[in-house]
Amino acid sequence: MLLVVEQFLNGLQFGLLLFLLAAGLTLVFGIMDLVNLAHGSLYMMGAYFAATFVAWSGNFIIGILLALGATLLLGIVLEVVALRHLYGRDHLDHVLATFGLILFFNDLVRLVWGPAGLALPLPGWLTVPVQIIPGVFYPAYRLAIISVALAVALMLYIVVMRTRLGMLIRAGASNREMIGALGINIKLLYTLVFGLGAALAGLAGLMEAPILTVQIGMGENILILAFVIIVIGGIGSIRGAFVAAILVGMIDTLGRAFLPDLLRGVLSSAAASTAAPALSSMLIYLLMAIVLVARPEGLFPASRR
Amino acid sequence: MTEALLRIENLIKRFGGIVATDNLSLDVAPDELHAIIGPNGAGKTTLISQLIGQLRPSAGTIRFAGEDITYLPAWKRSHLGLARSFQITSLLRDFTAADNVAMAAQARDGHSFRFFGNARKEMGLREAALAALARVGLADRANVMVSRLSHGEQRELELAVALATKPRLLLLDEPMAGLGATESARMVRLLADLRKEVTIVLVEHDMNAVFALADRITVLVYGRVIASDVPAAIRVNEEVRRAYLGDQHVVTRHG
Amino acid sequence: MKPSSVDYRNVVAALVVVGLLALPLFSQLTGNFFVLTLFTRIVIFSLAAVSLNLIMGYGGMMSFGHAAYLGIGGYAVGILAAEGIGSGFIQWPVALAASALFALVIGALSLRTRGVYFIMITLAFAQMAYYVASGLSRYGGDDGLTIYKRSGFAGLINLSNRVEFYYLCLFCLFGGVFLVWRIVNSRFGLVVQGLRSNEQRMQAIGFPAKRYQLVCFVISGTMCGLAGALLANNTDFISPAVMYWTRSGDLMVMVILGGMGSLFGPVVGAIVYLVLEEFLSQVTEYWAMIMGPLLLLIVLFGRGGILGLIGSFSRD
Repeated sequence: MLLVVEQFLNGLQFGLLLFLLAAGLTLVFGIMDLVNLAHGSLYMMGAYFAATFVAWSGNFIIGILLALGATLLLGIVLEVVALRHLYGRDHLDHVLATFGLILFFNDLVRLVWGPAGLALPLPGWLTVPVQIIPGVFYPAYRLAIISVALAVALMLYIVVMRTRLGMLIRAGASNREMIGALGINIKLLYTLVFGLGAALAGLAGLMEAPILTVQIGMGENILILAFVIIVIGGIGSIRGAFVAAILVGMIDTLGRAFLPDLLRGVLSSAAASTAAPALSSMLIYLLMAIVLVARPEGLFPASRR
Repeated sequence: MTEALLRIENLIKRFGGIVATDNLSLDVAPDELHAIIGPNGAGKTTLISQLIGQLRPSAGTIRFAGEDITYLPAWKRSHLGLARSFQITSLLRDFTAADNVAMAAQARDGHSFRFFGNARKEMGLREAALAALARVGLADRANVMVSRLSHGEQRELELAVALATKPRLLLLDEPMAGLGATESARMVRLLADLRKEVTIVLVEHDMNAVFALADRITVLVYGRVIASDVPAAIRVNEEVRRAYLGDQHVVTRHG
Repeated sequence: MKPSSVDYRNVVAALVVVGLLALPLFSQLTGNFFVLTLFTRIVIFSLAAVSLNLIMGYGGMMSFGHAAYLGIGGYAVGILAAEGIGSGFIQWPVALAASALFALVIGALSLRTRGVYFIMITLAFAQMAYYVASGLSRYGGDDGLTIYKRSGFAGLINLSNRVEFYYLCLFCLFGGVFLVWRIVNSRFGLVVQGLRSNEQRMQAIGFPAKRYQLVCFVISGTMCGLAGALLANNTDFISPAVMYWTRSGDLMVMVILGGMGSLFGPVVGAIVYLVLEEFLSQVTEYWAMIMGPLLLLIVLFGRGGILGLIGSFSRD
C-alpha cells in the first residue's frame, strides 16, 4: 500500500515534468507549425545552467531562477538567429535543421562542461521526507516538483485561456493570417512563444537535474517521450498534452515498478526478470499504438484544417 | 421509368448540431445529365463528399447501380464506375498530362503490384491516355508537366482523368470554376458532347451552363431538395424563385 | 534540355560507380587500408540510405525510425551467431524476414497517420526497438553483443577477407540501387509516387492508397535490414546504439544531403556525410559543433541536395 502511494506520486511527478516539456513542444508546433527536435537540448541546457548557477551563487533558489532566465534568453536567441528562418518550410527541413542543432548543443556542452556529468545537490530543507498521510513519507523535493509543475500548468491554462496573449496564441493556432491582419507583430509573438516554450523545457530540465545526473544527451530520451505525449494528446493541444503526459508518466512509472512482480505471477522468475524491463519500456509505445489505431489524430485533435 | 443509376435515400449528415444534409432523397436516371444547384451553404459540397466516400453519412443510403455504396471507401466506388472531378483542380502536379491519365487507365487494369517493367513504356496504357486526352482536346499537350498547364487545360485534364477510369457516372464538381468566357464555352461544348456517352451529375454555379446542358435540375436549400424537375419547370417554380433565383448571390458569383 | 547538353548527374553517378569499384585496387596500390575500412562502412550506410530514399524521396513517407532495421538485421545475425547458427544462408534470410515483419507492423500502424505524426510515430517505434534491444540481457543488453564469427557462406565467399567483404557490400548496394530504379519506373512505383503527389486524387481514380504505401514501406525496411546484416558483420558487433534515433537522423541527412528522390543521391549523400564526419573528427574532437550548423545551413540554402545542385548546372 505504502509502495503504491509512493509510486503513484512518482508517476504523477514524472507526468507533470513531461507535461512541462511537451507543453512547449506542442505550443511551438501548434502556433508556428515548427517541429523542434532541439527542444530536448533546451531541457539539457536548463539543467546545466542550474548546476552552474547554483554552484556559482551558492544558493539553490537564486541559481535556479538565473538558470530559468538563461534558458529563456537562449530560446529567444535561438529563435531569432536560426529557427525563425524555418517557419513556413517543410517539416522535414525542421527535423533536419533542429537535428543539426542537437549535434551542436551536445558538443558545445562537452566543450564547456566536459564529458563527465554534473551533480546538482539539493539544499538541506528539500531533502527531508515529509509525512503526507500518517505513516507514509515522501521526499520533500519531489513534492516541490509536483506543486511547482501544477502551479505552472495552472498558470499556463490561465495565460492561454484568459489573457490577451493567450487569445493571440489561440487565434494564431487556428488562423495565422487573421492575427497578421489584426496588425499584431507576429514576429514578436512567435519569439515570445518560443521563449516561453524554452523556459518550460529549461524548468523541466533543472527540476529533474537533482534526481538524475546532469549529462549530455539527457534531453534526447525524454524528448522522444514528449513526442509520444503530443502524438497521443493531439498535436497543438495543451489539454491533450496534459492528459497524455500524466497518462504516460503514470504508466511508465507504475509499469516499471509493478510489472516485474505481475509477470512473476505468470512466468518463471528468470523469464520474468528478462522480459519485464523490455516490456515495461514498451508500455507507453503500446499505449501510443492503441491510441493511434482508435484515433489517428490523438485524443484531443486541435480543430485545425 | 428505368431503374435509377444513382439512388440517394433519406440521406442525413450532421456536424454537431448542424444538419448539412437533411433527409435528402434523389434519383439520377441512366444517361441523363442531372444538375444540382443551390445557393452557397446549401450543402452541395457535403453531398458530393458523401457520394464519393470522403464523408460518412450520419444516416440514409446511397445506391449505385443497385449496390449499396453508403460506406464504401472511395477507391472501391471508383472501381464500380463512379468518377469525379474536383472542385479545386487536384492533379498529380509533378507528372505529365499523359502520366496523369495513364495512371487512371492503370487503375482499371488489374492491381498495380508490378515492380519491374517500365510502366511508361506500356503501349496499352499510353494509348488509352492519349485517347482520353484527345477526347478533351489536349492531345498535343500530352508530355507537358501539369504544373505548366493553364488553368483551363488543367480543368480539361481533370475530365480526361475521370474519363480514363471508364466511368458509368461522372460527378462534376463545378467544372467551370475559375474559367474565362472562352474556356467556359469550350467546356460546355465538351460536356454537351460527353453527355451522349455517360451519365453526368453536374454541380455548377454557372446558370447559363446548367440550363443549357441539364435534362433535370435538383435545387438544394439548407441540405434539402426543394425541387427536382426539368429545366423549364425549375425556371417557373415559385419556391425556387423565392429561395434561390432571386438570391443576389447567383449574380455576384457568376462572372 | 538540348540533346547535346550533358546531365552532370549521370556523370557523377558514373564516377561514383567507377570509383567504388576501383577503390580496393587503390587501397592495394597505396597500402592505405584505412580507406577500404571507411568505404566499407560508407557502402553499407549508402544501402541503408538508398532504402530510406525509396519511401522518403519517392513515396513521401518521412520515416524517422529507419535505423531500427539496421539494428534488427544486425541482431538477427548476432543472436543467431551467439546461438551457434553461423550460416549466412540462415542468418541473412532471418534478418530480412525480421525486418520485413517489423516494417509490416510498424507501417500498418504508422500509415494511419499523416505528416508530422508519421515522422514522430516512426521515431517512437524505432525508439521502442532500441529499448527492447537494451533489455535483451541475454544478448548483452546495453553493452551489445560481440559476433565472434562472421556469417559463413559455405566457402562461396569469405566475409573475413576485407576485399571480398567490400565487394559483397558493393554488390548489395548496386543491387539495391538497381531494384529501386526498376521499382520507381514500374506500375507500382508510379502509384507510390502518385500517392506522394496527391493521395486523394489517387483514391478517387481507384487506388487503395495504404496497401501500396505499406508494401513500399516493407520493401524499404527489408532492404535496410540487409544493410543491418552487413553492418553487424563489418563491425563484428551489434548494440542498441545502432538503433538510436540519431542514427535514423543520420540516414535522413544522407538522403537529403545527396538529393531526395534521385537514384544515386543517397549514395552521394552517404559518401559526403561520412567522409566529412571522418575528416572533421580528425581536425577537432568537437566535430559535431561544425557539422550541426552545417546541416542548418544546408537546410536553409541548399534545396534539392547535392545532386539537385549538380542537376541545376546541367540545365543551362
